Amino acid sequence: MSAETSTSRRFRDAATETPLARYILVAIAVGFMALILLMPLLLVFIEAFRQGIPAFFEALGDVDALAAIRLTLLVAAIAVPLNLVFGVSAAWAIAKFEFKGKTFLTTLIDLPFSISPVISGLVYVLLFGANSYLGPILKGWGIEILFAVPGIVLATVFVTFPFVARELIPLMQEQGTGDEEAALSLGANGWQTFWYVTLPNIKWGLLYGVLLCNARAMGEFGAVSVVSGHIRGLTETMPLHVEVLYNEYNFVAAFAVSTLLALLALVTLALKTILEIRYGEQLSASRKH
Amino acid sequence: MKNWRQPSILPGFGLTLGYTITYLTLIILIPLAALVVRTASLGWADFFAVVMDERTQLALRTSFGAALIAAAVNVVFGVVVAWVLVRYDFPGRRLLDAIVDLPFALPTAVAGIALAALYAKNGWIGSLLDPLGIKVAFTPLGIVIALIFIGLPFVVRTVQPVMEELDREVEEAAATLGASRFQTIRRVVLPSLTPAILTGFALAFARAVGEYGSVIFIAGNIPYVSEIAPLLIVIRLEEFNYAGATAIASIMLIISFAMLLFINLLQMWSRRRYANVR
Repeated sequence: MSAETSTSRRFRDAATETPLARYILVAIAVGFMALILLMPLLLVFIEAFRQGIPAFFEALGDVDALAAIRLTLLVAAIAVPLNLVFGVSAAWAIAKFEFKGKTFLTTLIDLPFSISPVISGLVYVLLFGANSYLGPILKGWGIEILFAVPGIVLATVFVTFPFVARELIPLMQEQGTGDEEAALSLGANGWQTFWYVTLPNIKWGLLYGVLLCNARAMGEFGAVSVVSGHIRGLTETMPLHVEVLYNEYNFVAAFAVSTLLALLALVTLALKTILEIRYGEQLSASRKH
Repeated sequence: MKNWRQPSILPGFGLTLGYTITYLTLIILIPLAALVVRTASLGWADFFAVVMDERTQLALRTSFGAALIAAAVNVVFGVVVAWVLVRYDFPGRRLLDAIVDLPFALPTAVAGIALAALYAKNGWIGSLLDPLGIKVAFTPLGIVIALIFIGLPFVVRTVQPVMEELDREVEEAAATLGASRFQTIRRVVLPSLTPAILTGFALAFARAVGEYGSVIFIAGNIPYVSEIAPLLIVIRLEEFNYAGATAIASIMLIISFAMLLFINLLQMWSRRRYANVR
Protein backbone atom coordinates (compact mmCIF):
# COMPACT_ATOMS: atom_id res chain seq x y z
CA MET A 1 0.00 0.00 0.00
CA SER A 2 2.69 2.44 1.02
CA ALA A 3 4.84 1.32 -1.88
CA GLU A 4 1.97 1.99 -4.26
CA THR A 5 1.44 5.47 -2.82
CA SER A 6 5.08 6.36 -3.16
CA THR A 7 5.15 5.02 -6.71
CA SER A 8 2.14 7.05 -7.76
CA ARG A 9 3.63 10.09 -6.07
CA ARG A 10 6.83 9.60 -8.02
CA PHE A 11 4.86 9.50 -11.26
CA ARG A 12 2.97 12.61 -10.31
CA ASP A 13 6.27 14.33 -9.56
CA ALA A 14 7.56 13.24 -12.93
CA ALA A 15 4.60 14.89 -14.61
CA THR A 16 5.21 18.30 -13.13
CA GLU A 17 8.12 20.67 -12.71
CA THR A 18 10.57 20.74 -9.81
CA PRO A 19 9.58 23.10 -6.97
CA LEU A 20 12.36 25.50 -7.96
CA ALA A 21 11.14 25.65 -11.56
CA ARG A 22 7.60 26.26 -10.32
CA TYR A 23 8.70 29.17 -8.14
CA ILE A 24 10.62 30.70 -11.00
CA LEU A 25 7.69 30.33 -13.43
CA VAL A 26 5.21 31.79 -10.94
CA ALA A 27 7.61 34.66 -10.24
CA ILE A 28 7.99 35.36 -13.97
CA ALA A 29 4.21 35.31 -14.51
CA VAL A 30 3.41 37.47 -11.50
CA GLY A 31 6.30 39.86 -12.20
CA PHE A 32 5.34 40.29 -15.86
CA MET A 33 1.68 40.88 -15.05
CA ALA A 34 2.56 43.34 -12.28
CA LEU A 35 4.86 45.26 -14.59
CA ILE A 36 2.67 45.28 -17.69
CA LEU A 37 -0.89 45.31 -16.28
CA LEU A 38 -0.99 46.31 -12.62
CA MET A 39 1.42 49.25 -12.60
CA PRO A 40 -0.50 51.26 -15.22
CA LEU A 41 -3.72 50.63 -13.28
CA LEU A 42 -2.17 51.68 -9.98
CA LEU A 43 -0.64 54.77 -11.57
CA VAL A 44 -4.05 56.01 -12.74
CA PHE A 45 -5.34 56.18 -9.16
CA ILE A 46 -2.16 57.66 -7.67
CA GLU A 47 -1.85 60.38 -10.31
CA ALA A 48 -5.53 61.28 -9.96
CA PHE A 49 -5.04 62.07 -6.26
CA ARG A 50 -1.61 63.71 -6.67
CA GLN A 51 -2.99 67.13 -5.72
CA GLY A 52 -5.33 65.83 -3.08
CA ILE A 53 -8.95 64.84 -2.89
CA PRO A 54 -10.50 68.29 -3.51
CA ALA A 55 -8.62 68.68 -6.82
CA PHE A 56 -9.86 65.23 -7.83
CA PHE A 57 -13.49 66.09 -7.25
CA GLU A 58 -13.08 69.52 -8.77
CA ALA A 59 -11.85 67.86 -11.97
CA LEU A 60 -14.83 65.49 -12.00
CA GLY A 61 -17.30 68.30 -11.31
CA ASP A 62 -16.12 70.29 -14.32
CA VAL A 63 -18.91 71.12 -16.78
CA ASP A 64 -17.16 69.49 -19.74
CA ALA A 65 -16.31 66.39 -17.71
CA LEU A 66 -19.96 66.00 -16.69
CA ALA A 67 -21.07 66.46 -20.29
CA ALA A 68 -18.59 63.78 -21.37
CA ILE A 69 -19.89 61.40 -18.70
CA ARG A 70 -23.48 62.00 -19.82
CA LEU A 71 -22.61 61.45 -23.47
CA THR A 72 -20.72 58.23 -22.71
CA LEU A 73 -23.70 56.87 -20.75
CA LEU A 74 -26.09 57.90 -23.53
CA VAL A 75 -24.02 56.27 -26.27
CA ALA A 76 -23.70 53.02 -24.31
CA ALA A 77 -27.42 53.10 -23.48
CA ILE A 78 -28.21 53.10 -27.23
CA ALA A 79 -25.41 50.93 -28.60
CA VAL A 80 -25.56 48.08 -26.08
CA PRO A 81 -29.31 47.29 -26.42
CA LEU A 82 -29.00 47.43 -30.23
CA ASN A 83 -26.21 44.87 -30.20
CA LEU A 84 -28.02 42.85 -27.53
CA VAL A 85 -31.08 42.39 -29.75
CA PHE A 86 -28.85 41.65 -32.71
CA GLY A 87 -26.79 39.16 -30.71
CA VAL A 88 -29.84 37.19 -29.54
CA SER A 89 -31.32 37.22 -33.03
CA ALA A 90 -28.08 36.14 -34.72
CA ALA A 91 -27.48 33.41 -32.13
CA TRP A 92 -31.02 32.04 -32.57
CA ALA A 93 -30.63 31.81 -36.35
CA ILE A 94 -27.08 30.46 -36.29
CA ALA A 95 -27.16 28.13 -33.27
CA LYS A 96 -30.64 26.65 -33.60
CA PHE A 97 -30.76 26.02 -37.35
CA GLU A 98 -28.60 24.30 -39.95
CA PHE A 99 -28.20 26.22 -43.19
CA LYS A 100 -25.64 26.84 -45.90
CA GLY A 101 -23.37 29.82 -45.52
CA LYS A 102 -23.47 29.69 -41.72
CA THR A 103 -19.70 29.74 -41.31
CA PHE A 104 -19.45 32.66 -43.70
CA LEU A 105 -22.10 34.58 -41.74
CA THR A 106 -20.26 33.92 -38.47
CA THR A 107 -17.04 35.20 -40.04
CA LEU A 108 -18.81 38.38 -41.17
CA ILE A 109 -20.14 38.94 -37.65
CA ASP A 110 -16.60 38.69 -36.24
CA LEU A 111 -15.32 41.13 -38.87
CA PRO A 112 -15.26 44.27 -36.66
CA PHE A 113 -12.81 42.53 -34.30
CA SER A 114 -10.19 42.38 -37.03
CA ILE A 115 -10.64 45.96 -38.23
CA SER A 116 -8.63 48.81 -36.74
CA PRO A 117 -10.86 51.13 -34.66
CA VAL A 118 -9.61 54.05 -36.75
CA ILE A 119 -10.85 52.33 -39.92
CA SER A 120 -14.19 51.61 -38.19
CA GLY A 121 -14.56 55.36 -37.80
CA LEU A 122 -13.18 56.14 -41.25
CA VAL A 123 -15.85 54.07 -43.04
CA TYR A 124 -18.55 56.30 -41.53
CA VAL A 125 -16.62 59.44 -42.53
CA LEU A 126 -16.55 58.11 -46.10
CA LEU A 127 -20.25 57.23 -45.94
CA PHE A 128 -21.58 60.42 -44.34
CA GLY A 129 -18.75 62.97 -44.83
CA ALA A 130 -19.01 66.27 -46.69
CA ASN A 131 -17.88 64.79 -50.03
CA SER A 132 -19.92 61.57 -49.82
CA TYR A 133 -23.23 60.78 -51.52
CA LEU A 134 -25.29 60.55 -48.36
CA GLY A 135 -23.80 63.34 -46.26
CA PRO A 136 -25.07 66.37 -48.24
CA ILE A 137 -28.51 64.78 -48.79
CA LEU A 138 -28.98 64.12 -45.06
CA LYS A 139 -27.64 67.58 -44.27
CA GLY A 140 -30.30 69.00 -46.59
CA TRP A 141 -32.89 67.23 -44.47
CA GLY A 142 -31.31 68.70 -41.35
CA ILE A 143 -29.83 65.43 -40.17
CA GLU A 144 -26.26 65.58 -38.86
CA ILE A 145 -24.52 62.23 -38.53
CA LEU A 146 -20.84 63.05 -38.61
CA PHE A 147 -19.32 65.19 -35.85
CA ALA A 148 -22.57 64.66 -33.93
CA VAL A 149 -24.03 62.10 -31.53
CA PRO A 150 -25.49 59.73 -34.22
CA GLY A 151 -22.03 59.23 -35.73
CA ILE A 152 -20.56 58.43 -32.32
CA VAL A 153 -23.34 55.91 -31.69
CA LEU A 154 -22.83 54.29 -35.11
CA ALA A 155 -19.06 53.98 -34.64
CA THR A 156 -19.63 52.50 -31.17
CA VAL A 157 -22.19 50.02 -32.50
CA PHE A 158 -19.68 49.01 -35.18
CA VAL A 159 -16.82 48.23 -32.81
CA THR A 160 -19.01 46.46 -30.21
CA PHE A 161 -21.03 44.62 -32.86
CA PRO A 162 -19.84 41.00 -32.25
CA PHE A 163 -19.65 40.94 -28.43
CA VAL A 164 -23.09 39.53 -27.49
CA ALA A 165 -23.43 37.32 -30.58
CA ARG A 166 -20.05 35.68 -30.13
CA GLU A 167 -20.86 34.91 -26.49
CA LEU A 168 -24.29 33.41 -27.28
CA ILE A 169 -23.60 31.45 -30.47
CA PRO A 170 -21.29 28.80 -28.92
CA LEU A 171 -23.44 28.63 -25.76
CA MET A 172 -26.67 28.02 -27.68
CA GLN A 173 -24.93 25.56 -29.97
CA GLU A 174 -23.85 23.54 -26.91
CA GLN A 175 -27.40 23.60 -25.55
CA GLY A 176 -28.91 22.23 -28.75
CA THR A 177 -32.60 22.41 -29.58
CA GLY A 178 -34.03 19.67 -27.32
CA ASP A 179 -35.54 22.00 -24.68
CA GLU A 180 -37.24 24.17 -27.29
CA GLU A 181 -38.61 21.16 -29.18
CA ALA A 182 -40.06 19.80 -25.91
CA ALA A 183 -41.73 23.15 -25.14
CA LEU A 184 -43.19 23.40 -28.64
CA SER A 185 -44.48 19.85 -28.56
CA LEU A 186 -46.20 20.66 -25.24
CA GLY A 187 -48.08 23.46 -26.95
CA ALA A 188 -46.02 26.57 -26.26
CA ASN A 189 -45.84 29.10 -29.06
CA GLY A 190 -42.57 30.54 -30.40
CA TRP A 191 -42.39 33.57 -28.10
CA GLN A 192 -43.32 31.53 -25.01
CA THR A 193 -40.62 29.03 -25.89
CA PHE A 194 -38.09 31.82 -26.18
CA TRP A 195 -39.13 33.66 -22.98
CA TYR A 196 -39.63 30.67 -20.69
CA VAL A 197 -37.17 28.12 -22.08
CA THR A 198 -34.37 29.69 -24.11
CA LEU A 199 -33.90 32.96 -22.22
CA PRO A 200 -33.49 31.34 -18.77
CA ASN A 201 -30.92 28.99 -20.32
CA ILE A 202 -28.83 31.77 -21.80
CA LYS A 203 -29.33 34.59 -19.28
CA TRP A 204 -25.87 34.42 -17.68
CA GLY A 205 -24.14 34.11 -21.03
CA LEU A 206 -26.19 37.07 -22.22
CA LEU A 207 -25.17 39.13 -19.19
CA TYR A 208 -21.56 38.16 -19.81
CA GLY A 209 -21.72 39.40 -23.38
CA VAL A 210 -23.50 42.60 -22.35
CA LEU A 211 -20.79 43.31 -19.74
CA LEU A 212 -17.99 43.06 -22.29
CA CYS A 213 -20.01 44.97 -24.88
CA ASN A 214 -20.71 47.77 -22.40
CA ALA A 215 -17.08 48.05 -21.28
CA ARG A 216 -15.96 48.45 -24.86
CA ALA A 217 -18.83 50.81 -25.72
CA MET A 218 -17.97 53.18 -22.87
CA GLY A 219 -14.24 52.95 -23.44
CA GLU A 220 -13.99 53.09 -27.24
CA PHE A 221 -11.49 55.68 -28.36
CA GLY A 222 -10.15 55.28 -31.90
CA ALA A 223 -13.40 54.89 -33.84
CA VAL A 224 -15.22 57.55 -31.84
CA SER A 225 -12.26 59.92 -32.12
CA VAL A 226 -12.46 59.85 -35.92
CA VAL A 227 -16.20 60.63 -36.16
CA SER A 228 -16.61 62.90 -33.14
CA GLY A 229 -15.19 66.20 -34.34
CA HIS A 230 -14.06 66.87 -30.75
CA ILE A 231 -16.60 69.57 -29.94
CA ARG A 232 -16.11 70.24 -26.25
CA GLY A 233 -19.17 69.63 -24.14
CA LEU A 234 -21.09 68.30 -27.15
CA THR A 235 -19.37 65.41 -28.92
CA GLU A 236 -16.70 64.46 -26.41
CA THR A 237 -17.06 61.10 -24.71
CA MET A 238 -15.07 60.33 -21.56
CA PRO A 239 -12.09 58.72 -23.37
CA LEU A 240 -11.91 61.68 -25.77
CA HIS A 241 -12.10 64.10 -22.85
CA VAL A 242 -9.20 62.24 -21.20
CA GLU A 243 -7.15 62.79 -24.36
CA VAL A 244 -7.93 66.51 -24.50
CA LEU A 245 -7.10 67.04 -20.82
CA TYR A 246 -3.86 65.09 -21.19
CA ASN A 247 -2.79 67.07 -24.24
CA GLU A 248 -3.49 70.27 -22.29
CA TYR A 249 -1.07 69.01 -19.62
CA ASN A 250 -3.98 68.94 -17.17
CA PHE A 251 -2.75 65.58 -15.86
CA VAL A 252 -4.69 65.50 -12.58
CA ALA A 253 -7.98 66.05 -14.38
CA ALA A 254 -7.05 63.55 -17.12
CA PHE A 255 -6.30 60.87 -14.54
CA ALA A 256 -9.35 61.82 -12.44
CA VAL A 257 -11.68 61.13 -15.38
CA SER A 258 -9.58 58.02 -16.08
CA THR A 259 -10.29 56.67 -12.60
CA LEU A 260 -13.99 56.45 -13.49
CA LEU A 261 -13.14 54.44 -16.60
CA ALA A 262 -10.67 52.31 -14.62
CA LEU A 263 -13.39 51.64 -12.01
CA LEU A 264 -15.71 50.61 -14.83
CA ALA A 265 -13.02 48.16 -15.97
CA LEU A 266 -12.56 46.78 -12.45
CA VAL A 267 -16.30 46.35 -11.90
CA THR A 268 -16.56 44.62 -15.28
CA LEU A 269 -13.73 42.24 -14.39
CA ALA A 270 -15.21 41.54 -10.94
CA LEU A 271 -18.69 40.77 -12.31
CA LYS A 272 -17.18 38.68 -15.09
CA THR A 273 -15.18 36.64 -12.56
CA ILE A 274 -18.24 36.17 -10.35
CA LEU A 275 -20.21 34.94 -13.37
CA GLU A 276 -17.42 32.53 -14.28
CA ILE A 277 -17.20 31.13 -10.74
CA ARG A 278 -20.90 30.93 -9.87
CA TYR A 279 -22.54 30.30 -13.21
CA GLY A 280 -19.62 28.78 -15.14
CA GLU A 281 -21.79 25.82 -16.13
CA GLN A 282 -24.21 28.17 -17.86
CA LEU A 283 -21.55 29.97 -19.90
CA SER A 284 -20.04 28.73 -23.14
CA ALA A 285 -17.26 26.16 -22.79
CA SER A 286 -14.44 28.63 -23.40
CA ARG A 287 -15.59 30.71 -20.40
CA LYS A 288 -15.69 27.89 -17.88
CA HIS A 289 -12.84 27.88 -15.44
CA MET B 1 -31.32 26.09 -53.66
CA LYS B 2 -34.36 24.50 -52.03
CA ASN B 3 -32.26 22.41 -49.67
CA TRP B 4 -30.12 25.23 -48.39
CA ARG B 5 -31.34 24.59 -44.89
CA GLN B 6 -32.33 21.54 -42.91
CA PRO B 7 -35.97 21.39 -41.81
CA SER B 8 -36.65 22.25 -38.16
CA ILE B 9 -39.79 22.57 -36.06
CA LEU B 10 -38.38 25.64 -34.27
CA PRO B 11 -39.98 28.90 -35.38
CA GLY B 12 -38.39 32.25 -36.09
CA PHE B 13 -35.72 31.29 -38.58
CA GLY B 14 -36.84 33.75 -41.23
CA LEU B 15 -37.32 36.57 -38.74
CA THR B 16 -34.01 36.19 -36.92
CA LEU B 17 -31.89 35.46 -39.99
CA GLY B 18 -33.56 38.31 -41.86
CA TYR B 19 -32.94 40.73 -39.00
CA THR B 20 -29.36 39.51 -38.58
CA ILE B 21 -28.52 40.00 -42.25
CA THR B 22 -30.29 43.37 -42.46
CA TYR B 23 -28.54 44.74 -39.37
CA LEU B 24 -25.19 43.30 -40.50
CA THR B 25 -25.62 44.93 -43.89
CA LEU B 26 -26.57 48.34 -42.49
CA ILE B 27 -23.95 48.57 -39.77
CA ILE B 28 -20.99 46.65 -41.20
CA LEU B 29 -21.29 45.79 -44.88
CA ILE B 30 -22.52 49.08 -46.37
CA PRO B 31 -19.91 51.19 -44.52
CA LEU B 32 -17.18 48.74 -45.55
CA ALA B 33 -18.51 48.87 -49.11
CA ALA B 34 -18.11 52.65 -48.97
CA LEU B 35 -14.42 52.09 -48.23
CA VAL B 36 -14.09 49.60 -51.09
CA VAL B 37 -15.90 51.89 -53.55
CA ARG B 38 -13.80 54.87 -52.51
CA THR B 39 -10.59 52.85 -52.89
CA ALA B 40 -11.68 51.58 -56.31
CA SER B 41 -12.42 55.12 -57.47
CA LEU B 42 -8.91 56.25 -56.53
CA GLY B 43 -7.26 54.75 -59.58
CA TRP B 44 -3.97 52.91 -59.58
CA ALA B 45 -1.80 56.01 -59.96
CA ASP B 46 -3.25 57.71 -56.87
CA PHE B 47 -3.23 54.47 -54.93
CA PHE B 48 0.42 53.76 -55.72
CA ALA B 49 1.39 57.35 -54.97
CA VAL B 50 0.14 56.80 -51.42
CA VAL B 51 1.61 53.31 -51.13
CA MET B 52 5.03 54.37 -52.39
CA ASP B 53 5.13 57.43 -50.16
CA GLU B 54 7.98 57.03 -47.71
CA ARG B 55 5.94 58.23 -44.74
CA THR B 56 3.19 55.67 -45.47
CA GLN B 57 5.68 52.87 -45.83
CA LEU B 58 7.51 53.73 -42.63
CA ALA B 59 4.21 54.04 -40.71
CA LEU B 60 3.11 50.63 -41.98
CA ARG B 61 6.50 49.17 -41.13
CA THR B 62 6.32 50.65 -37.63
CA SER B 63 2.82 49.27 -37.07
CA PHE B 64 3.49 45.79 -38.41
CA GLY B 65 7.02 45.54 -36.98
CA ALA B 66 6.03 46.65 -33.48
CA ALA B 67 2.97 44.38 -33.59
CA LEU B 68 5.14 41.43 -34.59
CA ILE B 69 7.64 42.00 -31.78
CA ALA B 70 4.88 42.58 -29.21
CA ALA B 71 3.02 39.42 -30.28
CA ALA B 72 6.25 37.40 -30.03
CA VAL B 73 6.89 38.72 -26.50
CA ASN B 74 3.28 37.96 -25.60
CA VAL B 75 3.60 34.38 -26.84
CA VAL B 76 6.54 33.74 -24.51
CA PHE B 77 5.07 35.38 -21.42
CA GLY B 78 1.46 34.53 -22.26
CA VAL B 79 2.25 30.81 -22.37
CA VAL B 80 4.08 31.05 -19.02
CA VAL B 81 1.14 32.95 -17.48
CA ALA B 82 -1.37 30.45 -18.87
CA TRP B 83 0.72 27.50 -17.65
CA VAL B 84 1.04 28.94 -14.15
CA LEU B 85 -2.70 29.66 -14.02
CA VAL B 86 -3.70 26.19 -15.23
CA ARG B 87 -1.15 23.96 -13.52
CA TYR B 88 -0.15 25.57 -10.23
CA ASP B 89 -2.05 26.57 -7.16
CA PHE B 90 -0.67 29.60 -5.37
CA PRO B 91 -2.10 32.46 -3.35
CA GLY B 92 -3.62 35.09 -5.61
CA ARG B 93 -4.05 32.76 -8.59
CA ARG B 94 -7.72 33.64 -8.99
CA LEU B 95 -6.92 37.37 -8.85
CA LEU B 96 -4.15 36.96 -11.41
CA ASP B 97 -6.57 35.07 -13.64
CA ALA B 98 -9.12 37.89 -13.45
CA ILE B 99 -6.50 40.60 -14.09
CA VAL B 100 -5.43 38.96 -17.36
CA ASP B 101 -8.52 40.47 -19.01
CA LEU B 102 -7.75 44.01 -17.83
CA PRO B 103 -6.65 45.15 -21.32
CA PHE B 104 -10.06 44.05 -22.65
CA ALA B 105 -11.88 46.09 -20.02
CA LEU B 106 -9.66 49.14 -19.56
CA PRO B 107 -10.32 51.84 -22.17
CA THR B 108 -7.32 52.19 -24.45
CA ALA B 109 -6.96 55.93 -23.85
CA VAL B 110 -6.61 55.31 -20.10
CA ALA B 111 -4.02 52.61 -20.72
CA GLY B 112 -2.27 54.98 -23.12
CA ILE B 113 -1.86 57.91 -20.75
CA ALA B 114 -0.93 55.58 -17.86
CA LEU B 115 1.79 53.86 -19.91
CA ALA B 116 3.07 57.20 -21.17
CA ALA B 117 3.33 58.53 -17.59
CA LEU B 118 4.92 55.29 -16.41
CA TYR B 119 7.67 55.21 -19.05
CA ALA B 120 8.30 58.96 -19.36
CA LYS B 121 11.74 60.17 -18.31
CA ASN B 122 10.43 61.12 -14.85
CA GLY B 123 7.99 58.19 -14.58
CA TRP B 124 8.20 55.22 -12.21
CA ILE B 125 9.84 52.92 -14.76
CA GLY B 126 11.23 55.54 -17.13
CA SER B 127 13.33 57.12 -14.37
CA LEU B 128 14.92 53.72 -13.66
CA LEU B 129 15.70 53.08 -17.32
CA ASP B 130 16.90 56.59 -18.18
CA PRO B 131 20.29 56.31 -16.37
CA LEU B 132 20.88 53.09 -18.35
CA GLY B 133 20.41 55.06 -21.55
CA ILE B 134 17.16 53.24 -22.41
CA LYS B 135 14.42 55.52 -23.69
CA VAL B 136 10.95 54.00 -23.98
CA ALA B 137 8.44 56.84 -24.14
CA PHE B 138 8.32 58.66 -27.48
CA THR B 139 10.32 55.93 -29.25
CA PRO B 140 9.29 52.79 -31.20
CA LEU B 141 10.07 50.81 -28.04
CA GLY B 142 7.16 52.61 -26.34
CA ILE B 143 4.86 51.41 -29.13
CA VAL B 144 5.98 47.83 -28.46
CA ILE B 145 5.25 48.23 -24.72
CA ALA B 146 1.72 49.48 -25.41
CA LEU B 147 1.09 46.63 -27.85
CA ILE B 148 2.34 44.07 -25.33
CA PHE B 149 -0.21 45.47 -22.87
CA ILE B 150 -3.04 45.24 -25.39
CA GLY B 151 -2.17 41.78 -26.76
CA LEU B 152 -1.45 39.71 -23.65
CA PRO B 153 -5.01 38.44 -23.00
CA PHE B 154 -5.36 37.17 -26.58
CA VAL B 155 -2.49 34.71 -26.10
CA VAL B 156 -3.41 33.68 -22.54
CA ARG B 157 -7.11 33.20 -23.28
CA THR B 158 -6.43 31.20 -26.44
CA VAL B 159 -3.84 28.89 -24.88
CA GLN B 160 -5.44 28.46 -21.43
CA PRO B 161 -8.50 26.35 -22.40
CA VAL B 162 -6.35 24.04 -24.53
CA MET B 163 -3.93 23.59 -21.62
CA GLU B 164 -6.84 22.69 -19.35
CA GLU B 165 -7.88 19.96 -21.77
CA LEU B 166 -4.39 18.43 -21.95
CA ASP B 167 -4.31 14.82 -20.86
CA ARG B 168 -1.93 14.55 -17.91
CA GLU B 169 -1.61 10.81 -18.46
CA VAL B 170 0.27 11.42 -21.69
CA GLU B 171 2.86 13.39 -19.74
CA GLU B 172 3.01 10.61 -17.13
CA ALA B 173 3.50 8.06 -19.89
CA ALA B 174 6.35 10.11 -21.31
CA ALA B 175 7.91 10.24 -17.84
CA THR B 176 7.60 6.48 -17.33
CA LEU B 177 9.23 5.95 -20.69
CA GLY B 178 12.25 7.81 -19.39
CA ALA B 179 11.73 11.33 -20.73
CA SER B 180 13.04 14.15 -18.60
CA ARG B 181 10.54 16.88 -17.70
CA PHE B 182 12.12 19.23 -20.21
CA GLN B 183 11.86 16.59 -22.95
CA THR B 184 8.22 15.94 -22.07
CA ILE B 185 7.37 19.62 -22.32
CA ARG B 186 9.31 20.12 -25.53
CA ARG B 187 8.22 16.92 -27.29
CA VAL B 188 4.78 16.18 -25.81
CA VAL B 189 3.20 19.30 -24.31
CA LEU B 190 4.34 22.04 -26.68
CA PRO B 191 3.34 20.24 -29.90
CA SER B 192 -0.24 19.89 -28.64
CA LEU B 193 -0.26 23.57 -27.73
CA THR B 194 1.26 24.79 -30.99
CA PRO B 195 -2.01 25.46 -32.88
CA ALA B 196 -3.41 27.43 -29.95
CA ILE B 197 -0.16 29.36 -29.53
CA LEU B 198 -0.16 30.23 -33.23
CA THR B 199 -3.79 31.33 -33.10
CA GLY B 200 -3.09 33.45 -30.01
CA PHE B 201 -0.10 34.98 -31.76
CA ALA B 202 -2.19 35.82 -34.83
CA LEU B 203 -5.00 37.34 -32.74
CA ALA B 204 -2.60 39.46 -30.68
CA PHE B 205 -0.80 40.52 -33.85
CA ALA B 206 -4.00 41.42 -35.70
CA ARG B 207 -5.24 43.49 -32.76
CA ALA B 208 -1.88 45.21 -32.29
CA VAL B 209 -1.60 46.24 -35.94
CA GLY B 210 -4.78 48.29 -35.76
CA GLU B 211 -4.36 49.56 -32.21
CA TYR B 212 -4.58 53.32 -31.80
CA GLY B 213 -5.65 54.62 -28.36
CA SER B 214 -3.05 52.98 -26.16
CA VAL B 215 -0.22 53.73 -28.58
CA ILE B 216 -0.50 57.39 -29.55
CA PHE B 217 0.26 58.78 -26.09
CA ILE B 218 3.46 56.82 -25.53
CA ALA B 219 4.67 56.79 -29.15
CA GLY B 220 5.58 60.46 -29.46
CA ASN B 221 4.23 60.25 -33.02
CA ILE B 222 7.41 61.47 -34.75
CA PRO B 223 6.86 61.18 -38.53
CA TYR B 224 9.13 58.56 -40.16
CA VAL B 225 10.20 57.30 -36.70
CA SER B 226 7.41 56.46 -34.26
CA GLU B 227 4.27 57.09 -36.27
CA ILE B 228 1.82 54.19 -36.59
CA ALA B 229 -0.37 53.59 -39.64
CA PRO B 230 -3.72 54.21 -37.88
CA LEU B 231 -2.43 57.60 -36.71
CA LEU B 232 -1.37 58.46 -40.26
CA ILE B 233 -4.96 57.71 -41.35
CA VAL B 234 -6.23 60.16 -38.73
CA ILE B 235 -3.67 62.79 -39.82
CA ARG B 236 -4.70 62.41 -43.49
CA LEU B 237 -8.36 62.77 -42.48
CA GLU B 238 -7.60 65.94 -40.55
CA GLU B 239 -5.90 67.29 -43.68
CA PHE B 240 -9.09 66.37 -45.61
CA ASN B 241 -6.90 64.06 -47.70
CA TYR B 242 -9.58 61.35 -48.00
CA ALA B 243 -7.74 59.56 -50.81
CA GLY B 244 -4.65 59.17 -48.66
CA ALA B 245 -6.62 57.97 -45.63
CA THR B 246 -8.61 55.52 -47.75
CA ALA B 247 -5.57 54.06 -49.45
CA ILE B 248 -3.72 53.44 -46.16
CA ALA B 249 -6.88 51.96 -44.63
CA SER B 250 -7.38 49.55 -47.52
CA ILE B 251 -3.78 48.36 -47.37
CA MET B 252 -4.22 47.70 -43.66
CA LEU B 253 -7.54 45.92 -44.28
CA ILE B 254 -6.07 43.68 -46.97
CA ILE B 255 -3.33 42.59 -44.59
CA SER B 256 -5.83 42.15 -41.73
CA PHE B 257 -8.09 39.95 -43.87
CA ALA B 258 -5.11 37.85 -44.85
CA MET B 259 -4.50 37.43 -41.11
CA LEU B 260 -8.15 36.46 -40.55
CA LEU B 261 -7.93 33.85 -43.29
CA PHE B 262 -4.71 32.59 -41.73
CA ILE B 263 -6.40 32.31 -38.30
CA ASN B 264 -9.30 30.35 -39.78
CA LEU B 265 -6.94 28.00 -41.62
CA LEU B 266 -5.00 27.48 -38.39
CA GLN B 267 -8.17 26.65 -36.51
CA MET B 268 -9.25 24.20 -39.22
CA TRP B 269 -5.82 22.60 -39.17
CA SER B 270 -5.77 22.27 -35.40
CA ARG B 271 -9.32 20.90 -35.34
CA ARG B 272 -8.45 18.30 -37.95
CA ARG B 273 -5.23 17.40 -36.19
CA TYR B 274 -6.86 16.88 -32.81
CA ALA B 275 -10.20 15.52 -33.98
CA ASN B 276 -9.18 12.02 -32.88
CA VAL B 277 -7.97 13.19 -29.45
CA ARG B 278 -11.22 14.75 -28.28
